Amino acid sequence: MALVLERRSERSVAIALASPLLAIALTLVTMTVVFAALGQNPATALAVYFITPLTDGYSLQEIAVKASPLVMIAVGLALCYRANAWNIGAEGQLLIGAIAGSGLAVMTHGADPGPWLLPAMLLAGALAGAAYALIPALCKVKFGASEILVSLMLVYVAGLLLDYLVRGPWRDPAGFNFPTTAEFDSAATLPLLIAGSRVHAGLILTLVAVAAAAILLGRTLKGFEIRVVGTAPRAARFAGFNADRLVLTTFAISGALAGLAGLIEVAGPIGHLQPDISPGYGFTAIIVAFLGRLNPLGILASGLFVAMTFIGGEQAQIALKLPQDMTGVIQGILLFYVLACDSLILYRIRWRSLQRKALHGPL
Amino acid sequence: MAPPSDPGQTEPSPPLFLGRGLTKRFGSFTANDAIDLDLAGGEIHALLGENGAGKSTLVKLITGLLQPDDGQMMWRGAPVAFAGPAEARMRGIAAVSQHFALFDNLTVAENVALGLDARASVRKLSDELERVAQRYGLPLDPKREVWRLSVGERQRIEIVRALLQDPQLLILDEPTAVLTPAEADRLFEVLEQLRADGRALLYISHKLEEVRRLAGTATILRGGRVVGRCDPRLESTATLARMMVGSDVIAPKQSIHTIGEPRLSVTALTLPPDDPHGVTLRDITLQVRSGEIVGIAGVAGNGQDELFAALSGETVIDREEAIAIGGTAAGGLTINQRRELGAAFVPEQRLGHATVPTMSLSDNALLTGHGTGSLVRFGLVDRGATLALVDRVTETFDVRKAKRDPEAARLSGGNLQKFIVGREILREPGLLIVDQPSWGLDAGAAGAIRQALLDLSATGAAVLVISQDLDELIEIADRIAVMFHGRLSPPRPVSEIGRDQLGLLMGGSGWQTTEARDGAGA
Amino acid sequence: MGLFEAILLSIITASTPLLLAASGELIAERAGVLNLGVEGMMLIGAVCGFAGAWATGSTAIGALCGIVAGVALAALFALAAIGLAINQVAAGLALTILGTGLAGLIGAPLVGENIAAAPHLWLPGLTDLPLIGKLLFGQDAFVYLAIGLMVGIAYVLARTRTGLILRAVGDDPASAHALGYNVAAVRTLAVLFGGGCAGLAGAYLTLAYTPFYAPGMTAGRGWIALALVVFASWRPGRLVAGAALFGAVSILQLHAQAFGLGVPSQLMSALPYLATVVVLVLISRIRRGGSVAPAALGTTFVPER
Repeated sequence: MALVLERRSERSVAIALASPLLAIALTLVTMTVVFAALGQNPATALAVYFITPLTDGYSLQEIAVKASPLVMIAVGLALCYRANAWNIGAEGQLLIGAIAGSGLAVMTHGADPGPWLLPAMLLAGALAGAAYALIPALCKVKFGASEILVSLMLVYVAGLLLDYLVRGPWRDPAGFNFPTTAEFDSAATLPLLIAGSRVHAGLILTLVAVAAAAILLGRTLKGFEIRVVGTAPRAARFAGFNADRLVLTTFAISGALAGLAGLIEVAGPIGHLQPDISPGYGFTAIIVAFLGRLNPLGILASGLFVAMTFIGGEQAQIALKLPQDMTGVIQGILLFYVLACDSLILYRIRWRSLQRKALHGPL
Repeated sequence: MAPPSDPGQTEPSPPLFLGRGLTKRFGSFTANDAIDLDLAGGEIHALLGENGAGKSTLVKLITGLLQPDDGQMMWRGAPVAFAGPAEARMRGIAAVSQHFALFDNLTVAENVALGLDARASVRKLSDELERVAQRYGLPLDPKREVWRLSVGERQRIEIVRALLQDPQLLILDEPTAVLTPAEADRLFEVLEQLRADGRALLYISHKLEEVRRLAGTATILRGGRVVGRCDPRLESTATLARMMVGSDVIAPKQSIHTIGEPRLSVTALTLPPDDPHGVTLRDITLQVRSGEIVGIAGVAGNGQDELFAALSGETVIDREEAIAIGGTAAGGLTINQRRELGAAFVPEQRLGHATVPTMSLSDNALLTGHGTGSLVRFGLVDRGATLALVDRVTETFDVRKAKRDPEAARLSGGNLQKFIVGREILREPGLLIVDQPSWGLDAGAAGAIRQALLDLSATGAAVLVISQDLDELIEIADRIAVMFHGRLSPPRPVSEIGRDQLGLLMGGSGWQTTEARDGAGA
Repeated sequence: MGLFEAILLSIITASTPLLLAASGELIAERAGVLNLGVEGMMLIGAVCGFAGAWATGSTAIGALCGIVAGVALAALFALAAIGLAINQVAAGLALTILGTGLAGLIGAPLVGENIAAAPHLWLPGLTDLPLIGKLLFGQDAFVYLAIGLMVGIAYVLARTRTGLILRAVGDDPASAHALGYNVAAVRTLAVLFGGGCAGLAGAYLTLAYTPFYAPGMTAGRGWIALALVVFASWRPGRLVAGAALFGAVSILQLHAQAFGLGVPSQLMSALPYLATVVVLVLISRIRRGGSVAPAALGTTFVPER
């Protein structure tokens, strides 16, 4: 048997809407099999991942807190991917943004610098993330080096830099040798939206980013440019759009959003700088971006869904003794199904008995 | 290689290939509708038809690339069904496609080897190549990489590859579309020799003169059906054309122009290509004046693409003054800045270059209109205005489409080209540069496009038409220049230059003298 | 054994997994498929290889498990990127995410376990030779396999019909299809081969490089292998030089750390990654103008009907 793809004559709107839901359904079916194979009761396990997080207030808050960086980063990545520029180093940009903003907090620690500190930290985080993202973008535009590989290599470098800082010059002298900076002063911490909760003001920035990206893509000439460059490079040149400059622009935007997300993490939920400030948000955001079909509003929804699997993963670790990596497996499978279902929008899939077509030559 | 059968045979041989009621549908569209076709050895059989008449589909059925939905094929008197091209090839059916199945980065010998059976070693092939090349006068260097070769040489690889399989039936799909007249003449000699060997040849073309000269039988297709069979030698081009197109073709009328000041001046433009496989433009000088149409003839791949890119601004030039649009030095300007100077451009590739195939027409209207006019305000796209523009183009240029704002890819070639040309003409350009305006269009649409170009020039615009179709240029252009190996001959009035002279220039002869006279040598 | 010899030996060991993984990826890319999932396939190869050897006590069975695991993941990629014509970049990223998760899942109970490292060749007389003895005749089987594989690939690509078809498919799949070659099948086999090599490279890490398993132990080697293919300009011969160069950088930073040069250890650890960036930039810059990548690299092919 062989898989045969037939191009659809008209793109199916129904399938375009149904495809992410179908992907989620297929993921659930697959996970049922996986859980059963691991000797778990599939119904219980699925409930822990996909239902329990929705049932209590604490988990719902945590979903919002985890979804916030995912959505913010994914929105930026979506702009890149739409323009056919492959930034996969958002994790590194997140770390650098967190480092840059934290630098201000560390330097002003103990001195009361006034209300400018937090805005300055946010700005520093965004600018540093953008600058770090511009390295692979410039390597691509100036020298033709693969932005995929360069942006990824820089993730490791950023991780090592963070490690150096919190173990070295920025380590809290009163911290019992733990690799962490001192707790940020309250002037360097994001205000909470709901007193006593973990829901912080960063969520608002995320929603602003979603709205801005939705308008940018849907209504503006720049958004049109992004879409044209990504789908038909030659037509883009004909339209007078400069693809190189767009690589720089989209990388800078996505880097800024990733850097901002990183800074929000340390100035919000975490409250200090430490080696593991992100459970791979920069990579998971890639899944979120695709699951949301590279559409800002879709990303908002998919970010919440993927955040739920993080919370579910934490609960499964406690309740079912399943390792944290199970979350990665679920997310990986989900991404595969999302991509596969996207293929359904373009093609009709048929199984056909294997044609006697020579593999090794025409005869 | 030995001839496949005794060339001296005289008794009428039964048809080698027999097709009865061959039908192929794609969804609701019937590309081939109950087609009967007989092919005999020692005969050149022409398959005539407009683009979209179903010729290519029929060839794919015969060569096993597609399987018929209905109907029967007989090969040497026995029913056959080919599961794939390999099987057809094994029986002795070879095809030289319009789209070469060649690998640019591989050598000639490697390309030939890939078309032959598994045991042929690349080195042994080189000897075989030599022999076939000798016998049919098709010289090729086995060690050269394909991207270094001219289009004519590339076609030679395809033909040699087919001949090395010693086919009984050789199918040629529009083989002269990319050849100079001289190259075409050489090809005809080869084909005649193959016919004399007793092979069957199926010759696909829409060039009537060629068919009359070459073929002993012709089958004419229109709309997927057989609409006529004849001996083309007994017909006139006019009668053949009527069978092919279905009605008498109305030629666009020449209007009276007043020729004014130059709108486009190219002065000694020399430009190395971006792409390592591209052509270097050498010392190109040209003027197009208000109210006139200048044509650039030439075989594909002689620098036309590079010239179009340089004129449009898709490639930016160092020397600012090499190109002037409306009197302003424009060499360093981007395509949008040139549009602001009143220039408009229509590239050859309709899908993917002139339009984004998966985007709506209104988005595609924005593609060239975003820099000028009122489609964009403060960075925001005015959806109402882009839609209104689509409506205006639709009305003015009779674009037929299923809904108000479909994706570009949903339009037929002719309607899409009407949209693309209309989109530019409605911007009221002072200069329009068009690459292959009617390539692949049916006669009706091609006529409409040419008429639109004539009308535009009558309003005082300057029009530059790059085309491989010499007939088209002779029909609409006031002056014609020829491109060859990146050079451009001085444009001459159509009334003063003969078709044969153009043919010679296209084939690379007569350049020394022209250059010497104009002092344009390099 | 002198320091110089020790350094040379450790460079060879550090280069071997890179060479193995890059050789496989080179074949996939020559067929026009960019599989960014090398890191994931290596990691799954590392954990499955370790599990196999730990369960059976046999390095060979471990290596086989690593290969099979790599091929299995590659099959998933082939189904997605070739069968369903999914964007290769996206599918490759998905593969790495999935592979990392799966490896963590499978490897969780294995952390802290030990196995016997792969034996080294011992030829009396030859291995004892000064300087070159251990270098040439004292390696483990993986090293010889990696070299043999590279030579084999070079031969197949340049001299055989299989190699010709592979290059043709990577150069112009539409033409290959028109000539009757099964593009999807050729590409799938190339991807599976790449998966096997990546799995073996991962297994080498747990079976020979360090005889234990640790989460995320490939540490970006899969990505460096991808960069190596670019560095080698898609030619097998140059892979050896590239792998040795990268091996050398990673070993030298270890030795520099041991000497305590007063440079932060994190900076030294970042060297291989920074070197990759620099090499990518230099090689791309030199090559600008004349492209040597397979013409159809990274593009999906769906035959038009």
